[in-house]
Amino acid sequence: MIDAPALEGGVEEVAAVAVATWPSSDEQARPGWRETFIGYAYLLPALVVLAGFHFIPILYALYISLFNWRIRQGPFVGLDNYGSALTSPDFWDALKVSVFYAAGVIPGTLILSVLIGYALHQRIGGRAIYRLVYFIPYITPVVAAALVWRWIFHAQYGILNFVLGLVGIAPQGWLQEPSSLIELLLSQAATLLPGWLIGPSEALVSIMIFTVWHALGFGVVIVLAGLSNIPQELYDAARVDGAGPWRILWRITLPLLSPTLFFLTIVSTIGAFQSFNSIYVMTDPVHGGPLGTTRNVTMYIFQNFFEFTKLGYASAVAFLLFFIILGLTVLQLRVLGRRVHYQ
Amino acid sequence: MGGNLPLHLVLSVGGVLMLFPFYWMIVTSFKGLDEASGLPPTLWPASWQWDNYIRAWQAAPFGRYFVNTLIVAGGQTLAVLVTSTLAAYTFARVGFRGKNVVFIIFLGTLMIPLEVLLVPDFIILKYLGWYDTYLALIVPFSASVFAIFLLRQFFLSIPNELWDAAQIDGCGRLGFLWRVAVPLAKPALVTVGLLTFHAGWNSLLWPLIVTGSTDMRVLQVGLTAFQSDARVQYHLWMAAATFTIAPMLVIFLFAQRYFIEGVARAGIRG
Repeated sequence: MIDAPALEGGVEEVAAVAVATWPSSDEQARPGWRETFIGYAYLLPALVVLAGFHFIPILYALYISLFNWRIRQGPFVGLDNYGSALTSPDFWDALKVSVFYAAGVIPGTLILSVLIGYALHQRIGGRAIYRLVYFIPYITPVVAAALVWRWIFHAQYGILNFVLGLVGIAPQGWLQEPSSLIELLLSQAATLLPGWLIGPSEALVSIMIFTVWHALGFGVVIVLAGLSNIPQELYDAARVDGAGPWRILWRITLPLLSPTLFFLTIVSTIGAFQSFNSIYVMTDPVHGGPLGTTRNVTMYIFQNFFEFTKLGYASAVAFLLFFIILGLTVLQLRVLGRRVHYQ
Repeated sequence: MGGNLPLHLVLSVGGVLMLFPFYWMIVTSFKGLDEASGLPPTLWPASWQWDNYIRAWQAAPFGRYFVNTLIVAGGQTLAVLVTSTLAAYTFARVGFRGKNVVFIIFLGTLMIPLEVLLVPDFIILKYLGWYDTYLALIVPFSASVFAIFLLRQFFLSIPNELWDAAQIDGCGRLGFLWRVAVPLAKPALVTVGLLTFHAGWNSLLWPLIVTGSTDMRVLQVGLTAFQSDARVQYHLWMAAATFTIAPMLVIFLFAQRYFIEGVARAGIRG
């Protein structure tokens, strides 16, 4: 679930555009004033909204982040808000939660999307039905769907614990469990591990499972679209050369699908770092879940703004998040982008 | 067919897992509280408690939440369609000075995460006196760069001959836009409309921040408030979740082609 300026909750769609390239300008001669006037008249409504609520506020947010801004504007503090965020254990804990979440959700969604998309791309009956079934969770409102999963994960009455009980697995705390899976498995021995290695809490893992379920349909549809762009002749040629199905998957399908996978990775990264709704609904927003183990950076910003009314500080953390997302996107463009095959 | 059996098996098991939460939601919503929280869980209600829905509906002002959500999501959709059509047409067909600068501004707004906008927009909305009004919920989302890009692609594909012919017939720019371009771009407009409505229907973080009163709550905010108010009434949670999901599901089933194509088109260009 990937959030963005124009469509809250529709970041996938918006980020797609950011990745797409703008065709070079097709103007021949210098445009006349009449054309220019008409152009701006038509652009005005969109321009006013985007400038007034998206573009100018960015500069304003930068300004706010330089002040000790509680409910009202306070004294200028320079970069102190950024400094205190970067030295605050709470910020780093929140960042850790965001990183764990992204590290689980992105590969999880990606691998399942490719497997299911690949299966659906074969000539089998009922494709349309399958596609519909896998896509339905994606269109359901996150808040309502998360509420349903909260009930499924319920420690006492949840159906999940009941089903696991049938195969002899002890009931889990799920959304209320602050310990990580490694801690639960190793118990005492886990205390020897350094903080980052212990991994996400079971509560966060539960939310990650929900997110993969909810976002899978998006990934499947994108992978299907990518697969349908691969020309059939390539498969035929490979078969003539005697390549088996496994070899075709590795040598033809996956390389030619790489632009699609690249797009999905970038878009899911942006979304993972901005996720809010599921965490807000599934775990206690005031305490950031059990022992604060589901408070991600977005939640941390929300809390500082909404509950502590530290507007300057919240703005500074929001900018840090912005830079983290931007940095990761640039990194992916450089590292992964080089390995992408375009036809 | 025979060779595909394992494939069907895997896809069906996966499909059941995808749909099970919906099944469980509906089944629980018809149980009494004792049965819902009883062990072992029953896969089918022993007795159907139809009045769960009435009780859930009356436990919070859900009628009001629905009306608010319709106004907000509908208002955003209508506004986005108008502003994006005009802007997309301009980017596709009108050569004007400063096009590149304006384009960079538009592109730049795509990069901004919502989190950065929360604080400044909140202050701006307060200053405008829009806090806790429909305007605060609708206006900031009444233009969409994504929609502009999508529609622009459509307008670019309209052949120049049509424009020339329309001019000979005495058709002005707005006339051409309304009578030729918009009808041709109908599939794209439907896609944009559905995706905008969907996003508006689902939004939580923004309404949480720019509204305060119960009267101004949208459905998603109301539902989160309901879950903490109706603490352990799990059967009522599920009834409320069902009627929150239902309208979106119905719209989707009728217009799934546009939804899926819209999402897929976003991906192809990546």
